[in-house]
Amino acid sequence: MLNTLKQVFRSPRFLVGFIIFITIFLTVIIYPLIVTVNPLDMVGNGNFFKPGTYVNVSETMTAKKYTLNVDVSSASKLDRQLDETQRSKMSDWLVRFGGVDESEIDTSDAAALVELWKNHYSKDVDQKGLIAADKKYFARLDGKIDNMLASSGIIIATENEDGTLSENSTIDDQAYVNIKDLQTNRTFILGTDNFGRDVLTELVAATKVSLQIGLIAGSIATFIGLILGLLSGYLGGTVDNIITFITNLFTVIPSFIILVLISYSVGSGARGVGLVAIIIGFTSWTWTTRSVRSQVISLRNRDHVNLSKLSGHSMLRIVFTDILPYIASYVVMALILQISSGILAEAQLSMLGLGPATTKTATLGLMMNWAMQYSAHLNGSWWAYFPVILTIALISFSLNLMNTGLDQVFNPQLRD
Amino acid sequence: MSEAKAAKAVEQTEKVPASSERPSCLRGKGVTKIFGFGDTRTVAVDHVDFDFHEGEIISIVGESGSGKTTISKMLLGLISVTEGEIDFQGKPRDIRSHKKKTEYWKGIQAIFQDPFSSFNMFNKIDSVLLDCINMRGGKNLPKEKKIEMMTEACSFVNLKFAELTNKYPFELSGGQMQRLMIARIFLLKPKILLADEPTSMIDACSRATILDMLLKLRDEINMTIIFITHDIGLAYYISDSVYIMEHGKFVESGGADEVILTPKADYTKRLISDVPKIYEEWDLSTV
Repeated sequence: MLNTLKQVFRSPRFLVGFIIFITIFLTVIIYPLIVTVNPLDMVGNGNFFKPGTYVNVSETMTAKKYTLNVDVSSASKLDRQLDETQRSKMSDWLVRFGGVDESEIDTSDAAALVELWKNHYSKDVDQKGLIAADKKYFARLDGKIDNMLASSGIIIATENEDGTLSENSTIDDQAYVNIKDLQTNRTFILGTDNFGRDVLTELVAATKVSLQIGLIAGSIATFIGLILGLLSGYLGGTVDNIITFITNLFTVIPSFIILVLISYSVGSGARGVGLVAIIIGFTSWTWTTRSVRSQVISLRNRDHVNLSKLSGHSMLRIVFTDILPYIASYVVMALILQISSGILAEAQLSMLGLGPATTKTATLGLMMNWAMQYSAHLNGSWWAYFPVILTIALISFSLNLMNTGLDQVFNPQLRD
Repeated sequence: MSEAKAAKAVEQTEKVPASSERPSCLRGKGVTKIFGFGDTRTVAVDHVDFDFHEGEIISIVGESGSGKTTISKMLLGLISVTEGEIDFQGKPRDIRSHKKKTEYWKGIQAIFQDPFSSFNMFNKIDSVLLDCINMRGGKNLPKEKKIEMMTEACSFVNLKFAELTNKYPFELSGGQMQRLMIARIFLLKPKILLADEPTSMIDACSRATILDMLLKLRDEINMTIIFITHDIGLAYYISDSVYIMEHGKFVESGGADEVILTPKADYTKRLISDVPKIYEEWDLSTV
């Protein structure tokens, strides 16, 4: 037993899968201990805020100011504020009326361009061939550039009772605040979703629920499959025929269709997380039944089973001591696959809007459903669905990897 | 060597005529086993009659697929009989309930061909032997008594119980496992032992030891041994009477000397000619 475990953990595939899964599992357990807020709190008012740190604007006004002589600020401000059209028009004007050689102008360097502009532009120059609207445009552009260069800061004023404004404070271009001085900053590593909920916290909570669904559904499916497989494989005869018939019946009807129909007929009111898990479990046992049955059939005529019979052991004892231990590794592998397919089935169902109909908990499928309904994929809010897809893929990938690793240990023929 | 053979010949001339006077312990009439139906219908055993007497060693000889293992499983009650009757100790065999089967299995036990697959590899050796004591009604014996019985059984087959306790069957060699099987039989003391090619998977050296132990068992507890083998030389050496099986039928039966020295059926002649040599040099005392 211990040797088998050692062997299992020496299999690189199993180990990689195990590490990924345990990382996800531990995150799900530890994260809520650190971040204790309700994952479904609507923090933001509005759809899909970008990932990043959010600071309170009013608090920055009153926070302690630090003056930094960072030139990057004004240069980058010019860069940001002058767009391509404005720059090409400026260079156009400078060549035609300012007497500047075209080779001197570099439109990608906003600061140099502005300097040239300030030296040569005057609205009184004879601008032959320009219509009045264009002349006005350049005059306006000149004024705008003046504003950009002014570093007098922004005045914050409050309105008095009689309608006059009185100056409260000014914000200097060079004034900075330290983010640590602000009490109310919030970092949304994965932004917020359509309801203004923190995606990361929601994702962790959803992963937990999805893992629970997978575990419940997988256990139910494996349990039913194991019992039916053992019965039909060991007893044989009529019992085998009946169970095989039912199994075949369930196999040929696509289980996902049954799943959709049951979910639909249960109704959205009654469909909680537990019920969805049970429904998934009750529709996915066929595969386990078939494989357990074939394993048991090959075992039941082995000599050690015959010897056990000759020792007068009861059927139940033979099944539990002479057959079950031999297929235990197989059943564990089946369970792992069933958990993985349970999580995927929930995601599929929820995408169709037939998953758990609840606003109290999030599941991975529901998160994708919400992202889809609020067109996150159309407006480029990748953070609302991509991490969810990645999590589902990672869970399934790690479980399948563990399964392959176990398979290699238990079926030496597959070792390479 | 020649002494042993001579002794056996003497024994046989004494025993064979006497065998019909011994009480019958297993008698079959028209025993048939059919697997499948329709296109897959296979007649594995076809209306065979047999009469095994107490204290005899009977060999059932045939090549692979002749139905030897099927008939042994029917005799053990592990598979049902399609047609025909089997009498056990003069009475019709009744194995319809689990309780009656257990009762039947106290009278008939088996040794299988492959020692490596005969044991549940998850159970310790102690539990295998304890099961036998429990089956013989020794469930409530004190622990010391049980250990004493197990030690006795192990020493009967030249194994040391102290070395085996708390070990798993897969930690033993094939020969040791097969001897453990015989220790099991020693504890169970059945009336009939069905040995399904017990020596075909072990080396020649251990083979002689195993056969020696089987003979010792027969002598000590007057057990009937049904020996199933494909080796007609071995069958000749060990058995009192021989049944030759071909395609699910007994083509020839009778005393070992009668069948093998004066074969009548073509199949028997072929089997004998296929043997590289009759093991006349066989001698258990050299082991």
